[in-house]
Formats: sequence, structure tokens, C-alpha cells
Amino acid sequence: MTSAIVVSGLHKSYGSTHALDGLDLEVTTGEVHGFLGPNGAGKSTTIRVLLGLLRGDAGDVSLLGGDPWHDAAKLHRRLAYVPGDVNLWPNLTGGEVIDLLGRLRGGLDEKKRDELLRRFDLDPTKKGRTYSKGNRQKVALVAALASDVELLILDEPTSGLDPLMEEVFRQCIEEERQRDRTVLLSSHILSEVEALCDRISIIRRGKVVETGTLADLRHLTRTSIQAELAGSPNGLAELPGIHDLDVQGNRVRCEVDTAKLDAVMRQLSASGIKSLVAQPPTLEELFLRHYEDDVPAEPEAAVR
Amino acid sequence: MNDFVGTGALVRLALRRDRILIPIWIVVFVMTAAGSAKATMDLYADPKALVDAARTSNASPALVSLYGRIFDESSLGEVSLFKLTAFGALLVGLLGGMLVVRHTRSEEESGRLELLSAGVLGRYAALASALIVSGATVIVLGLLTALSLMGSGLDTKGSFAFGLMWAAAGLSFAGVAAVTSQVTESARAANGLTAVVLGVAYVLRAIGDSSADGSTQWVSWLSPIGWSQQVRAYAGDRLAVLLVPLVFLAVLIAAATALIRRRDLGAGLVRPRPGPPRAAKSLRSPLALAWRLHRGSLLAWGFAFLLLGLLVGNIASNVDGFVTSDSAKEMVQKLGGVEGITDAFLATEMGMVGLLASAFGIQAALRLRSEETALRAEPLLATGVSRAQWLASHVLMALLGTGVLILVAGLGSGISSGASLGNMGRQVPRMLAASAVQLPAIWLVTALVVILFGLAPKLVTGGWALYGVFLLIGQFGEIFNLPQWMINLSPYGHTPRLPGGDFSVAPVLWLTAIAAALIVAGFASFRRRDIG
Ligand SMILES: Nc1ncnc2c1ncn2[C@@H]1O[C@H](COP(=O)(O)OP(=O)(O)OP(=O)(O)O)[C@@H](O)[C@H]1O
Ligand SMILES: [Mg+2]
Repeated sequence: MTSAIVVSGLHKSYGSTHALDGLDLEVTTGEVHGFLGPNGAGKSTTIRVLLGLLRGDAGDVSLLGGDPWHDAAKLHRRLAYVPGDVNLWPNLTGGEVIDLLGRLRGGLDEKKRDELLRRFDLDPTKKGRTYSKGNRQKVALVAALASDVELLILDEPTSGLDPLMEEVFRQCIEEERQRDRTVLLSSHILSEVEALCDRISIIRRGKVVETGTLADLRHLTRTSIQAELAGSPNGLAELPGIHDLDVQGNRVRCEVDTAKLDAVMRQLSASGIKSLVAQPPTLEELFLRHYEDDVPAEPEAAVR
Repeated sequence: MNDFVGTGALVRLALRRDRILIPIWIVVFVMTAAGSAKATMDLYADPKALVDAARTSNASPALVSLYGRIFDESSLGEVSLFKLTAFGALLVGLLGGMLVVRHTRSEEESGRLELLSAGVLGRYAALASALIVSGATVIVLGLLTALSLMGSGLDTKGSFAFGLMWAAAGLSFAGVAAVTSQVTESARAANGLTAVVLGVAYVLRAIGDSSADGSTQWVSWLSPIGWSQQVRAYAGDRLAVLLVPLVFLAVLIAAATALIRRRDLGAGLVRPRPGPPRAAKSLRSPLALAWRLHRGSLLAWGFAFLLLGLLVGNIASNVDGFVTSDSAKEMVQKLGGVEGITDAFLATEMGMVGLLASAFGIQAALRLRSEETALRAEPLLATGVSRAQWLASHVLMALLGTGVLILVAGLGSGISSGASLGNMGRQVPRMLAASAVQLPAIWLVTALVVILFGLAPKLVTGGWALYGVFLLIGQFGEIFNLPQWMINLSPYGHTPRLPGGDFSVAPVLWLTAIAAALIVAGFASFRRRDIG
């Protein structure tokens, strides 16, 4: 398997701000890769380095097998980029911008252009300054999705889209995946990432702290258990991976590392389970753990 | 009263944002006035020298159309400061107008106002605060100027008349900008429209002032800058004339608030029309995009330059009307007869036109930076467009645009001066040549913006500062007795004086070569730096 994007040990600072601090990232050809992290973590900065708009201070970056700084214009014909903040030229219409960007990338699929305009319900005759934020975003999306390219780099592409359009976007990315295009998708919308991404990378303070499939990452979270037992529980406290244990008579509440669930369940059923409520880990919990500042990043080593 | 809620907060915010800019502007104006007064007063210690200088100036159509008439040829204050009367009023007007646009339309356009207000701002708060800031700035500027002139030894009443007529011009154009920022959709357009009104005001007073027989003198009264001149500081001190700009300001404020009310009702002044759903076949390169972005402003400037050229040529043909007194006739003979003096006038005016065309070059090159900071460069540079191609597209617009402007002005002046002098066949090529020689200096100044953009993008508006310095060196370098090397710094000083003067190739080639080198260096450094 080849990699569309390989970044290793990337550093980038703006004056005294270390935006990227030894970032490693690998995006396999043909996958949809989610790129998540709290505000200011360095997602956009990474993407700008990938596009050759910024020059990394140290580290190696390879994009579609080339060097994005030196071969920028050549590589850019093979990719399409949707920025997080789309600003259009005030006196160009959306349709003109779509055509212009497509042509500058080396060509536009006319049929797809029309189809996308319809699906995104976008009026191409409006002037740039009169579009709403969501509609500006759609202009950039249509321009990118209608281009015949190998790689899509999308920086929070759905910020400002309404739920209906968000759904259209998901369908479009799903179709891109069918066509084996590679997508790097930076996003704050967890359900979107969950629905679309083959693998994700979580970035915090300029470093990637987690990489893997969602199943891999789920493994790292805790399931919360409430059980009423036939007899009094014993031996629970000694089990590895059990947290916040609270025993009152025959009632048990605890949090269990999902990877250690099996052993805990055995122990519980040994005492006879009368009722059981198990809450599966939500993605939110997973992310919140990484997003919150003072959470020690304990499972980090376990994954990589 | 609810309409004004939040005005105070906005005033404080504006003063905070401009806490460096405004004092610098004020200091520059005050120093220029005081310095210029002092320097000239020393020059004219002898009353006879004073009167002679005043007469010579009044007999020169170039000086009269550029700076205005001297009303009292024996007034030390007026003769010392006449170069700063109309010209200074123009610049204070520019300051007053720019400040208003900066704190109304720019804020609105950038969305900062929205962010800030979160619904607690009265609808007139932005305009009111901008007018307060702008008005207070020009009034303080005027009062400090008056004090500094008194400090230079000029009389009190005249000094206050002078300072206040400057402030009055600032107020007039603050009012103009209050209206233009309601009418247009972008700060760029609002500033542009204000500048056009300033230009028209300056030209109107030039027409009135250079009316040889007095029949068209009334035209000056159509111009806010004309009103400032008519205060006649140090030559009658007609303070009552200051009422005219105050009434003008009141009318414009009323108009602006009426526009705001209409905008709020959703009547929308400039209804955006839908455009083409597909791009024209030709819109397929960075250059085509740059043309699209610059063409509107280039057309407007081109039209203005054609009119300016026609006007200059027309004034030139009336030059002998100025020559009435014996001493003036004598002077004219010394200067090479009527043709000599006409040529001298045209050469001076072409120099001014060159300065104006540079302003287009600078703002066109600055477009690079505004495209970059508005995040519109980024999506382009993420396509197959290379950095060099993108940079070249805007630089070409700046260089070719200034070329078109200056030649259009040359053509206009050639046609109108040729038509009235009856030698069109000779005058048109002469004026085209006279305008073309301005280009190297214009290009050099534009190139300074390009290299700043490459090397120090945050300082790129310093291009205007350099331009201002060159302008001051040209206007006041000799009065201030600056050392020659400093005077030589201004590229405009090296432009051959055509028509009529000697043409030498060397300075033209040098200026062009330096401009080219700066542009190449600008490209090289832009390729190496981060975008954003
Ligand atoms: N041009 C700049 N100059 C200085 N600092 C910058 C610049 N751009 C980004 N930064 C800083 O670099 C860090 C990373 O910013 P970046 O925009 O990459 O974050 P992000 O992950 O995209 O955040 P968000 O989710 O808010 O988009 C932040 O601390 C930010 O303040
Ligand atoms: Mg970002």
C-alpha cells in the first residue's frame, strides 16, 4: 500500500508559537483520513505546509510522492483544497469561481459540476459578496469535488453547512471513497468523522497523539457498568482496568477499560447477574479526553 | 437616543486602534506647516524680495493652478504658506475622509463590527463614532498647527485662520466619506470615491484660480478646497467663510443618516445583480483574473486621467493671459518666451500627473497583500498556479496600468493644448513623450511595494509612506535646504523635464533598471516566504 501523505517530525513555529512540534502523519492512498484536534492544535497549519503555502522548519513532508514546497504547482494539479475560511472575490459569481478554480487545476468534470450544483442547491449566478457563509463554503466544495483529482484536502469543509447539506456532503465523500480517491478531512464534527473516516489522527498541541481506525480507538475508552448481583461481589477491585468502583450491598457501579471488559464480566457473572446496564464508550468521550487540557494522555503509548 | 447606543465605546476602540497612526499624522502636518513657514520666512526677510516672489508666483500659471493665488502679495504669512494652503487642505481632507471610511465601512465589511456589537449598537453608532474621531483629529490638528505657526512668529489671528481652514477641509471630506461609505459596498470603493471627490475639488479650484480674466473664478466656490483658500489666512482672515464647510458637513451627515435608514429598511442602495453562471472562456489564468479584478478601477482612473490631461492642456493654452505686469513680461522673456513658459507649465503638470499615476501603481500592487490577507490568494496558490505566476499577474496590472494612465493623460493634454495652440501634429507626440518619461519613476515606486511585499509583507503599506516622503522631498526639499543626496533619493527628481527641457537617457535607464532589480528581488523573496 502506498501513502498519499507522509509527514514525519514536522516542526513549524510562528515567532514564539510552536504550532507544530514534531508532527507525524500518514495518509494511505485511497482512504478517508480524519484529522481532529482542539482549536489551535495545528490542523490548518499542517495542511498549509502540505500545500506548500508554509515552509516547515524541520521534518520531512511528502505529498503524492513529491515535495510540496519545491513542486507545489505541479502537485497541485493532482489535488483539490477546500479552505476552512472561504473568501470569494466580491464581484465574481460563484459559477465563475468554480470554473476558474477548476480550470486552474487543469480541468473540471462538466457533468459533475452541474450535478453538484443541483445537489448542494447552490445558485451560481450570485456575486461573491452576497453569498452566506455556508454558500461560500459550497462554492469551494463544488469546485473541489468537480475537479478530476487524486487527493482532496478539506479543512473543516462543513463549517456553516446546514444539516441537510451536511448529509449531501457525506454522500459525496462516500462516493469519492468508492472511486478510491484519497481524502484528508479536518473536522470538529464527530458524527461526520465517525460516518466517513477509515482512519483518524488526533492532534494536540502540534503533535499527533492518536492514530488508528475508530475500532482501535474505541478500544481505548471505558465502558460504564451498573449491575445488580445475586450475591456480594468479590475480587473486583483487584482486576486490572477497573476504575471508580462503587459497591453498595449487591449493587456495583464501575468504569472498565473496554479492552479489559471480558475479565470483568466473568467476575460479575460468577456472582450471578440479576440486572445489567452497560454504556458503550461514545466517541465524544474519546475526544474529550484528548481535547481537555489537563487530562494526562495515558493511553497514548498503548496505541502506537 | 437608542440609535446612538455604543458610540462612546466605539470611539474609545477607534482611538485605541489608531493611537499611533493619528498622532503621527498630526505631528507630520504640524511639523510641515511650522517648518515650511520658518524656512520661507528666513528666505523673505526683505519685504521687497517677498513681494517679488509673490508676484512671480502669481504670474506663473503652473504655480497658480497647482497651489492657488496669493491674495496679499505683501503678507509674510501667506507667501510663506501658500504652497500648503490648497495642497495641505487636500491632504487633511484625505486624512479626514480615510478615518471615517476606516471606522465605518471597513469595519462593517470585515464583520468586526458585527462581532463587536452583538446587537447592542445603535444604528448610527458606527457613523457617529467615526465622525467624532475624524472630526476631533482634524480639529486638534488644526489647532496645533495654529499654535506652531504662532510659535514660528506669525500673527495669531492668521495662524488660527490657517489651522482652522485646514480642519474645515478635513471636516468637509469626513462628511463626503460618511456618504460614500453608505453608498458603496466595500471600503476600497468608498475610499476610491472619496478620492475622486477630492480630486474633483482640487481641479475645480484650479480652474477657478487660473481663470486669467476672473470670469470663471466662481468655480472655486464649488470646491471645499476652494473654501479653505477663501478663508484667506494672513490676507484678511475671513473666518466667516468657515461656516460654508460646516453647513456642507451638516448636509452630508443628514444625507448619510438618511441613507442608513434606507439601508436598514432593506431598500438596499446598490442592489447586487446576479451575474453569469459560467465563467467566460477567457477566465482561465491568473492574469485573466487579475485583469478582472483591476479593470474597474483602471477604467475609472483612465477616464479621470483623460479629463485631467485635457484640462491641463487647456490651461496651458491660456498661459499668456497671466502675463500682464511688466516685470512678469520680462521674466517670461528670460524663460524663453510664451512657448518656453507654456512648456514649463506642462512639464510641471506632467510631473504632478506622474505622482498621481504612481498612486494607482501603489494601490494596484498593494492588492497583492489584500488578496493574501483576505485569504483569496491561498485557494489560487493551491491550484496549478505558481507563486511567480500569481505575483506577476498583479505586478503586470500595476505596471501596465500606470503606463496606460500616464499615456492617456499625455494624449489628452497633447490634444487640448495642440487644438488651442493650433499645432496638434507637434503637440501630441511631444506630450506623449513628456508623459512616457514619467514612467520609470512611477515603476520604481511601484517596485518598492513589490519588494516590500516579498520581503516584509506586514510593512507593505510602508509603500505609501515612501511615496509620501518622496512627495515631501519634491515639494519642500529645496525650501527646507535638505542636502542634495537626500533630494536625490526621490525618483521623481530624476525624471527629465519634458516638454521643453533637456532629455537625457541615463536617468531614465537607471530608474528603469533599479525598478526591474527591485521587482526581481521581490519575486525571489516572495518565493521563499510563508503565505498568510
Ligand atoms: N499566521 C499565524 N501567525 C501566528 N500564529 C499562528 C498563525 N497561524 C496559526 N497560528 C497559531 O498556530 C497554532 C495552530 O493554529 P492552526 O490554525 O493550525 O490550528 P487549527 O488546529 O487549525 O485550529 P482550528 O480548529 O481552530 O481551526 C495556534 O496556536 C495559532 O494561534
Ligand atoms: Mg483550522
